[in-house]
Amino acid sequence: MKVGVLALQGDVREHFSALIACGVYPTTIRRRAELDAVEALVIPGGESTTISQLAKSFDLFQPIRDRISHGMPVYGSCAGMILLADHILDAKADQESFGGLDITVRRNAFGRQVDSFESDIAFADGTPTPVRAVFIRAPWIEKIGSGIEILAEVDAHPVAVRSKSILATSFHPELTGDHRIHRYFIEEVARGALQQVQ
Amino acid sequence: MAQETGTARVKRGMAEMLKGGVIMDVVNAEQAKIAEDAGAVAVMALERVPADIRAQGGVARMSDPDMIEKIKAAVSIPVMAKARIGHFVEAQVLQSLGVDFIDESEVLTPADYKNHIDKWSFTVPFVCGATNLGEALRRINEGAAMIRSKGEAGTGDVSNAMQHMREINGEIRRLSSLREDELYVAAKELQAPYELVKEVAQKGKLPVVLFTAGGIATPADAALMMSMGADGVFIGSGIFKSGNPAQRAAACVRATTFWDDPKVIADASRGLGEAMVGINVADLPAPHRLAERGW
Repeated sequence: MKVGVLALQGDVREHFSALIACGVYPTTIRRRAELDAVEALVIPGGESTTISQLAKSFDLFQPIRDRISHGMPVYGSCAGMILLADHILDAKADQESFGGLDITVRRNAFGRQVDSFESDIAFADGTPTPVRAVFIRAPWIEKIGSGIEILAEVDAHPVAVRSKSILATSFHPELTGDHRIHRYFIEEVARGALQQVQ
Repeated sequence: MAQETGTARVKRGMAEMLKGGVIMDVVNAEQAKIAEDAGAVAVMALERVPADIRAQGGVARMSDPDMIEKIKAAVSIPVMAKARIGHFVEAQVLQSLGVDFIDESEVLTPADYKNHIDKWSFTVPFVCGATNLGEALRRINEGAAMIRSKGEAGTGDVSNAMQHMREINGEIRRLSSLREDELYVAAKELQAPYELVKEVAQKGKLPVVLFTAGGIATPADAALMMSMGADGVFIGSGIFKSGNPAQRAAACVRATTFWDDPKVIADASRGLGEAMVGINVADLPAPHRLAERGW
């Protein structure tokens, strides 16, 4: 499977290592041609405003949007979740997302950096052990539309969701060295979606 | 489930999220918005940019809390602020204001000429300057979650940033080439804790994110520092002391992402108007060199 990591800004390197540990060799995506060459995309943590700004400046914004709406498997963590949400609260004026997930996220919902935290949370991939989740100025989900499955919650707010081909977490599994969520994306979300297309 | 705040992973992780980005000095809410619109990953709220601190002299201190609050209210991106070296009460004040990162900075007048702040005792992460690997590791040992090469702030002269980045990365490469039984002496020479020296030798990199700062004034400067191995860039006086801040800010953001593409850097460099005037570091008398503060 050809997987790209959107490499405009953010913790690209950590997602790279996690994907390699799952047996895929990812490529960095900063240009249109690089996007066209991959089958699935990971949007890293970072600043959602910066990433969408750069995507627009370098002719990636609409192409990513189109690929997602045509079923390209995508995983986004934190800023990546914001960029995959159809609706954003507490956004910068005129902030746009790629969209694709019928959810409403609130940016920095858990607070500022002094409120950032890590915690063991249950993740509904059929494994009984919790995952260590790192939340950094993290968003949460306030509303979900139809066809969205909730995989994890904190304080009654969804923090990990999936639709058919899209996975989003408001925390950063790429920071912990536990590759379970990346493996879930590759094996469960992406492989399934790509097989259906074929 | 228990939620742990202020862990090393949470603090260092925050710095990881800033990678590949530009952090800009701003002195008011309007500038902060310009920076956010241009694609800055964070803003540094301060009363005077380094070039003005340099020009006006006097003691430079933590900014007015009102001014920091206004900037926090104006933007959705992280807001950083500077505390004086060793001034842990300024740092406590900044933490209570909810800033997202504290820069224990040589740009302000030091409060303690011997000790830096014990940064482990804070929930908020700290970034500290360093001119070489030993200094970087001493700061990490005190709890810094991010290091920036110091450069010479407020000059628009990139030569010191270059020198410090070469120094830090050169020493890391040297450590990686040593035998394990040579690391004890290496730690002694670096005046840094053995455990950190060993970790750097094994991983070939610092355990925290390494940004660059001090004298970066153009998109090409930003790209130069990225190609020297910086994880991201602080731009202080370079943006708002120039002719067209909004455009220059956006240009530096683009050049930082596409640091390895001269065509993008060329395009970003077009029509930016005047860069900050600048001072050659070589013309600065030694007492006015900020990089020499911190030990």
